[in-house]
Amino acid sequence: MTDRHQGGRPGPLLPSERPVRFLTDGGTPARGRHPYPEPDQELLLRAYRRMVVGRRFDAQATALTKQGRLAVYPSSRGQEACQVGAVLALDDGDWLFPTYRESVALVTRGIPPVEVLSLLRGDAHCGYDPHRHHVAPQCTPLATQTVHAAGLAYAERRKGSGRVVLVFVGDGATSEGDFHEALNFAAVFRAPVVFLVQNNRYAISVPLERQTAAPALAYKGIGYGVRSEQVDGNDAVAVLAVLGAAVAHARSGGGPFLVEAHTYRLEPHTNADDATRYRADAETEQWRRRDPIARLKAYLRRSGRLGDDEAAAIAAEAEEVAARLRAGMNADPDLAPLDLFAHVYREPTPQLAEQRALLRSELQAEEVPA
Amino acid sequence: MTPAAGTTMAQALNAALRDALDGDERVLVFGEDVGPLGGVFRVTDGLTAKFGEDRCFDTPLAESGIVGFAVGMAMGGFRPVVEMQFDAFAYPAFEQIASHVAKMRNRTRGRVELPIVIRIPYAGGIGGVEHHCDSSEGYYAHTPGLKVVTPATVADAYSLLREAIDDPDPVIFLEPKKLYWSKAQVALPARTEPFGRAAIRRPGADATVVAYGPAVPVALEAAEAAAEEGWDLEVLDLRTIVPFDDDTVVASVRRTGRCVVLSEAAGFGGVGAEIAARVQERCFHSLLAPVLRVTGFDIPYPPPMLEHHHLPSVDRILDALDRLQRDDEPDTRYLLAGGVA
Ligand SMILES: Cc1ncc(C[n+]2csc(CCOP(=O)(O)OP(=O)(O)O)c2C)c(N)n1
Repeated sequence: MTDRHQGGRPGPLLPSERPVRFLTDGGTPARGRHPYPEPDQELLLRAYRRMVVGRRFDAQATALTKQGRLAVYPSSRGQEACQVGAVLALDDGDWLFPTYRESVALVTRGIPPVEVLSLLRGDAHCGYDPHRHHVAPQCTPLATQTVHAAGLAYAERRKGSGRVVLVFVGDGATSEGDFHEALNFAAVFRAPVVFLVQNNRYAISVPLERQTAAPALAYKGIGYGVRSEQVDGNDAVAVLAVLGAAVAHARSGGGPFLVEAHTYRLEPHTNADDATRYRADAETEQWRRRDPIARLKAYLRRSGRLGDDEAAAIAAEAEEVAARLRAGMNADPDLAPLDLFAHVYREPTPQLAEQRALLRSELQAEEVPA
Repeated sequence: MTPAAGTTMAQALNAALRDALDGDERVLVFGEDVGPLGGVFRVTDGLTAKFGEDRCFDTPLAESGIVGFAVGMAMGGFRPVVEMQFDAFAYPAFEQIASHVAKMRNRTRGRVELPIVIRIPYAGGIGGVEHHCDSSEGYYAHTPGLKVVTPATVADAYSLLREAIDDPDPVIFLEPKKLYWSKAQVALPARTEPFGRAAIRRPGADATVVAYGPAVPVALEAAEAAAEEGWDLEVLDLRTIVPFDDDTVVASVRRTGRCVVLSEAAGFGGVGAEIAARVQERCFHSLLAPVLRVTGFDIPYPPPMLEHHHLPSVDRILDALDRLQRDDEPDTRYLLAGGVA
């Protein structure tokens, strides 16, 4: 038995009592004590730029969904500080394990927007090359990707690569068994992985109260020996500060770190959802006043980092991204039905070869007018 | 190395893991009790001592975690060989297996490979209490993207496991528990036929018995007994359920004109049903009798004192032969040779 199993208090693992924040809802410096230094201004400005571009991307994707160009779209609106903060807290070689909601994070990582949306457009399950971008495929079965993240982080540790993994997970998914198995494996194997829980208060319609009786989701790390923290997820300064510390902790061999970001999705679960059935407009309105982009903007304006020209340039860049996305998504994708058989195994089985031939003859028959 | 007393299947599997660990440092073995204990069936015996904690190690007790962790490690360049302690205890990992292990290559259009082997001791016949004797091959075989392998001989146990570890695709490696202690004189490392080839374990002319895994020795025993009744049975051992060897099965049944499919699993919706359907589709004009299945009943695996009623027995196979209409029909060989019916 090792010392850490002798009982005692979880002091060093405990999250702050209140979510860490640097900014008030209005974007002025917040009071309150925490050990995190403020990220440098250059990083904050980059975050602002990516958040504005991300929101424009999100709005464009939502519009394209209404035009029938996407099968479904889960919006990130309101969660930009988390999505962008997560990516900016990492180095390019670090890995991300996203869910279906992380389109904005993936665009921020630099994956071409049309490739990001392949899954949701419906032309491929994953439009990008995970190894090239160090981004796992967007994961829909809830929390299942958290164990992969732990495993890959352990692989990186074993290789001594110095790489860190960050995995996104929603508040609802923290109730899934895999989330707990992942925390446990990560802790036991000291895997350099950061669990970022975006607590946007709802799992489709089910509110947080029905997911947990814990004082905060961040407490779920403690029982596994995982250092945990909670942060105001709509305060980009705080998100960057806390995630920066979490990533440094993981990279320096400290093992996993759990961050719960308190945030809110301003849109319905997806375009197919009707949020008025389970939450009051007044509540959404209240969260609009805590908008992460407006808060950061007010802060950067006040500190003189964001001038008029800069703000205009960022807005123009966002419009450009949206225009490129429209053009990309309005072009029909190249579909290759016979490829359905190409990647079931490295070499198709004889049975798949037969079935491929069947589909090919069907396709040929379609081409020849009767 | 050939011990005079012969090598057991468990020893052959152990040797395969040892040689694979020796040959490729990306290979890792992990699971529950696979470390110092050597696994509850001792298949990983001595591996931690020889290769160290980094290469063969115990994990927390969580099957979904084990398989999910293997997914991540495989993405990171390792080749994990994980053990599920028993068939029924692999079910917590089923979501990981069906949603990720099986689909990752397809989801990423070949960009992410998962060379993972999931070893599962399976099936009955060892007097195990409940949840220790399931024949779960049907779940895996029904899941595109998985290869499903089950050895019936000592040499195959070694060779198929080595091939599974070298394979770029995920492999569900089903080890028939009751054959762990079966012995043969084999010189290891042995290499047998590759994946996707069934073996003719006993050539015969009157009917084909298609079997796999734990059912193969039963089929061979039945063939001996049937010989006394004048039946010359051909016994096929599939070796790999996926990929499936239609060619060998079809050639055999076209030759014999009769087919009995043998499987320990519940029959309804099972691998046996798939084989029977394939034979019927491909051999219809050569068949002299309906394709019959001899399988376990459609019941949860019985308690140890009753399992012998459930497991396909020699007698049940002989009864099936009686239903193959040999007496009603002209001699098969005569029919094929002269065409005079
Ligand atoms: C294992 C599993 N069960 C159910 C679903 C269906 N489902 C998709 S999203 C969702 C809600 C998830 O909520 P949360 O984890 O809080 O993430 P959010 O969508 O709010 O980002 C549900 C139930 C699923 N994808 N996977």
